[in-house]
Amino acid sequence: MIRIEDVSHSIGPARILHDIRTGFPKGRLTALIGPNGAGKSTLVRLVGRLENLQSGRISVDGHDLALTQTLELARVMAILGQDTAIASRLRVRELVAFGRWPHHNGRPRADDHARVETALENFALTQLADRFLDEISGGQAQRAHIAMCFAQDTPWLLLDEPLNNLDMSHSRALMQRVSDLVRRQGRSVVMVVHEINYAAAWADHIIAMKDGRIMAEGDPDTVLNQRTLSELYDADVQVSRHQDRPLVLHHA
Amino acid sequence: MRYLPGAILVLALLMLASLTVGAASVDLTTIRQDPYAMLVLLESRLPRTLAVALTGSALAVAGVVLQSLVRNRFVGPETTGTAESAALGLLAITILAPGAPIWARMGVASLAAMAGTALFVTIIRRLPVREVMLVPIAGLVLAGVLRAIATFIGWQTDLLQYVDGWLMAGEFSGVIAGRYELLWIAALAAGLAWFAADRFAILGLGDQVATGLGLSVRAVMRLGLAVVAVVMAMVMTTVGLIPFLGLVVPNIVARIMGDNLRASIPVVAVFGAALLLACDLIGRLIRYPYEIPVGTILGVIGAAIFLWMLYARPARG
Repeated sequence: MIRIEDVSHSIGPARILHDIRTGFPKGRLTALIGPNGAGKSTLVRLVGRLENLQSGRISVDGHDLALTQTLELARVMAILGQDTAIASRLRVRELVAFGRWPHHNGRPRADDHARVETALENFALTQLADRFLDEISGGQAQRAHIAMCFAQDTPWLLLDEPLNNLDMSHSRALMQRVSDLVRRQGRSVVMVVHEINYAAAWADHIIAMKDGRIMAEGDPDTVLNQRTLSELYDADVQVSRHQDRPLVLHHA
Repeated sequence: MRYLPGAILVLALLMLASLTVGAASVDLTTIRQDPYAMLVLLESRLPRTLAVALTGSALAVAGVVLQSLVRNRFVGPETTGTAESAALGLLAITILAPGAPIWARMGVASLAAMAGTALFVTIIRRLPVREVMLVPIAGLVLAGVLRAIATFIGWQTDLLQYVDGWLMAGEFSGVIAGRYELLWIAALAAGLAWFAADRFAILGLGDQVATGLGLSVRAVMRLGLAVVAVVMAMVMTTVGLIPFLGLVVPNIVARIMGDNLRASIPVVAVFGAALLLACDLIGRLIRYPYEIPVGTILGVIGAAIFLWMLYARPARG
């Protein structure tokens, strides 16, 4: 379980998060939803120690973020950031292989190579494995970054808007893969999602954020209702049902 | 790794050629019977050849490290104020403690070089990432300012000759046994960079990815700055400023084999040594038996390669 206690965060004079107190349940797929600027990414980045914690306390499976070595944390959680445009001229396989680095520190074993190949296969990258990252499309590079996080093979996976740049079929494939990790292997995933129906279809736990505060949290059926969503996005939203899951209709 | 054997072969041939080229004739086949030729070989030719090779490889590797620290391909250790900072450090110790032993002078030069490079990296990290060309420009401005300070202090203290000697286009004609050995330290620093190659490659992917993979960005940064600073301080005090090498060699290698530094750093080192040696040989042959400084030759060739780089790969970083 990831515990977040009294976390506030400011950038300059702007308050991004106000006394956040919540938790991400273990063995579940948690989705963070909310309008732009709600603080979802900041929260995930704080948990993934990509931002320095200004106040409050965060712990991941009992590891206090402030007291644990960053390398040790890299074996507990993998994080995919939003900025995946990189200047390095690496081949896809080389990038994915760096996901194993926290486990072998530069001396990969046969097991590490096998896991890299599996990750490449899972994200349909085997064909592209020997291409340079600056010679493939944005969506393909995004998949390579996700594959790197998967190769890291950690109990926790934090994904900040992983569906960026992905087309419908790859988005669905990613969600299937992620939910597979959760249900078959007992891993825990936290992701920031903008397309709300992906959350509706796949998430076990939803946290709705607005203006740096948590507005609602719980299972999809409790959070994804007309009143909460309309208030969350300041827009008229209807909620229907499809295959026994909520389906959010937001066409005006 | 398939480029490495060929590069090593070329380097070996160039080293052989370098041993035989010079005002005094040295015939490697009959050298056992010729004590004078042996003396020339061991006291002058071999030290010079080694000095060029060590300088070339260390500078090229320092270039790779620097480029991955600032994530920009258009900088080299000679365009970032590193050498000028080292010169300032040397000036300081020459004025304040003229009798200081050589290791103290080298230590101060390295520390000053590290401080200057750290200043450059700090400035760079505040620039917007998309402004690829601002990075080399910022480096040139910083280097210019530091050079002006060094020149002013040199002028005031009557040490201008020293400053010019450090920051002038480098050349190897003065290298004999006993006057180049500091370059082994530069090569050692470059070797350390290879040891930490994965760390630099991961840092090149961005702070986010590096942190996510459990690297301490600050620690890798410090290590990289130390490597660049030590290489520059040793090279500068021994042979002077060598332009373009640390900029051009990493670029050519990255274009061919990418940025997997564990695989590419040995190639970069060998290629850097071979390129500098080739330029040194050209400088020694073009007006034989007189010499043109290698820095001048490399300036001409390096500028051409740099222009080609700019046009062949528009601002993609």
